[in-house]
Amino acid sequence: MTRTAPAPTRRPAVAAGGPVRQGPGHRKAAWAAWGFLAPIVVYLLAFYAYPMYRNLELSLRHYTVRSFVQGDAPFTGFANYLDVLTDATFGPALWHTVVFTVVSLAFQFTLGLALALFFVRNFPLSATLRALFLVPWLLPLIVSSSTWAWMLNSDSGVVNAVLGVLGAGPVHWLTSPDWSLWSVIAANIWIGVPFNLVVLYSGLQAISPSVYEAAALDGATGWQRFRHVTFPLLRPVSAITLLLGLVYTLKVFDLIWIMTKGGPSGSSTTLSTWSYRLGFGNLVPSFGPGAAVGNILIATALAFGLLYIRLQRRQDLS
Amino acid sequence: MSASRSAGLGLALLAAGCLAGCSGTSSPEGTETASGQAAGGGTYTIWDPYPQYDKASDWVKLLDTCGTQAGVTVERTGYDTSDLTNKALLAAQQGNAPDVLIVDNPVVSTLAEAGVLTTTAENKLDTTAISPNLIAAGQSGGNTYGVPIGANTLALYYNKAVLDEAGVDIASVKDWASLTAALEKAKAAGKKGITFSAIGTEEGSFQFLPWFWGSGARLTQLDSPQGVSAVALWSDWLKKGLAPNSVINNTQTTSWQEFAGGDYAFAENGTWQLGNAKDAGFEYGIIPVPAKDGGTAAAPTGGEFVSIPVQQDTARYATSQKLVACLTSTDNSFATVTALSYIAPTEAVQTRQSTENPELAVWVEAVKAAKGRTGDDLGTKYPKISEPMWGAVQAALSGAKSPQQAMTDAQTAAASATQ
Repeated sequence: MTRTAPAPTRRPAVAAGGPVRQGPGHRKAAWAAWGFLAPIVVYLLAFYAYPMYRNLELSLRHYTVRSFVQGDAPFTGFANYLDVLTDATFGPALWHTVVFTVVSLAFQFTLGLALALFFVRNFPLSATLRALFLVPWLLPLIVSSSTWAWMLNSDSGVVNAVLGVLGAGPVHWLTSPDWSLWSVIAANIWIGVPFNLVVLYSGLQAISPSVYEAAALDGATGWQRFRHVTFPLLRPVSAITLLLGLVYTLKVFDLIWIMTKGGPSGSSTTLSTWSYRLGFGNLVPSFGPGAAVGNILIATALAFGLLYIRLQRRQDLS
Repeated sequence: MSASRSAGLGLALLAAGCLAGCSGTSSPEGTETASGQAAGGGTYTIWDPYPQYDKASDWVKLLDTCGTQAGVTVERTGYDTSDLTNKALLAAQQGNAPDVLIVDNPVVSTLAEAGVLTTTAENKLDTTAISPNLIAAGQSGGNTYGVPIGANTLALYYNKAVLDEAGVDIASVKDWASLTAALEKAKAAGKKGITFSAIGTEEGSFQFLPWFWGSGARLTQLDSPQGVSAVALWSDWLKKGLAPNSVINNTQTTSWQEFAGGDYAFAENGTWQLGNAKDAGFEYGIIPVPAKDGGTAAAPTGGEFVSIPVQQDTARYATSQKLVACLTSTDNSFATVTALSYIAPTEAVQTRQSTENPELAVWVEAVKAAKGRTGDDLGTKYPKISEPMWGAVQAALSGAKSPQQAMTDAQTAAASATQ
């Protein structure tokens, strides 16, 4: 574990740079190196570090509209975080976020993998069909969410119309506290499947056919081939798909906001919609608590990112 | 070679970053030129929440005319209403607030509290002719922070054909009981009752207030028996199928679309739908929202205030004042409210509106009976009461809580938020 694997590859580079070290050319080279780095460093500072810093600062001060404008908000430490954590909305919002993320990911991944396995066989028209599956991904979110909202409308939606034809009573998909979360999850799954399909499909193509041939020679059944060949070889791709999916799903906001505004009565409020509501969804914005919720989300995504890197490293070592 | 080029690129990016982060510098430049020549030229910025009007519209033409009269160029930007408050706060923070800001009336007290707006004492705007119930939303702590550019409010639109079919005489609809009876008749005739917007935003509170105030409740006590009865009225309508379940997610626009379908007997909607009502293709009428025991319920006033944000260079106020006076003076007010399809804030222009367009008479009456949301000395407390209130309405209508429980919880939340 402590053995640094990349060291041998790095050493030759240092050795190659060695002879130049004394000459004035080296300093020039160092400047040039910084010059090449500068754009990305400036970009990262201006568009990532600074907004993050501001968001952190917002969450640590007590902002009212007055102090926001005058810029004299008192430093209150973790008071905003404490407010947010003890708020009656926090528990349900956290639970909804977990349910939304886990259920969305599970279905997106399973459906995406199933479709990828289906399309990897390359039958006639498979390319066209696969392209059609990408449509949800290409549509602007506002279009797909509004369309889902129309389809699920209690009174005039097509889903309830179909249920009516089948003899079932109308379901208040978006306006009942029991259904609203499941409705936004369904829409989110539909939107997320293409991403999983594309990444897993390319992952499947990278698996050498010879492995399958060998498995077939050994008399492996279809399921065994999937269980012992496809699945293990697809593990790195699966991991990155799930991680990216997790980050995308954690921050899903527009879809829920357009379909239910997090309601009714908070029943589909997740941490991201709550953060938006605090910061922008009211006549009077509460920037501090809004930023605090946002930071909690960022920290969660970061934690899973680090977990991924750790798992990845362990995998590389083994 | 390539190193110097990328360094240059870095500088360019740095400059671009500064453009985004330090845009406050652009305003002082403008100020210098303006203060040098006082009213003799320069560019004055106006922000409004009417992005639906483009350069060819009467509204923007009016702004240009007012600019020409004041001897300046007007640079106008239209923002989405919900965006404008935050945009104005950010601009004020960075010291580049617009010269004239037209903003939704319940936000005025908040912006005033933030120190963003000048008082009429500072900017010399004349407000003497404005109806007291309309200017109230712009007043707090004895100061007035702007002039209403026009007002709108809510009333009940009804579909004559549906009422005829249901055998309802509109004159019989005088209070909640007779309204509910009319809705039941409409439903019995195979039509639909009433549609409104109970969405979980300020819009939902706006639509609920005529019923809340019509019950005799006050915003300082959400869980009074009257307040609970207003929520119960709506939730009973939903339970009995007199109002569609979709009202929980309806905006005023989607609620209007339901009514425009032609099956609904009633719709609660605003002055601004008048143009659409004419295009709906059926005969309609308008009555004020009835109070619980008869009479007209106070509806909340909608509409924007024209205000003059605080500037570092106070010499700019004189010209800004000319621009605002141009938009709100008795002569021009008629053009302004016609361009925006609002009811005028002054008695004189209201009279002219009802004479020239008798259809507006019912709206003029409604606006006269209307009440500012931030009035009753609520000011900046209103938004903190409104949020729990729309939450309670949503909870009761969706069946998550009983009306009593919903309003009790809302009162607890509002009390702790406003203390």
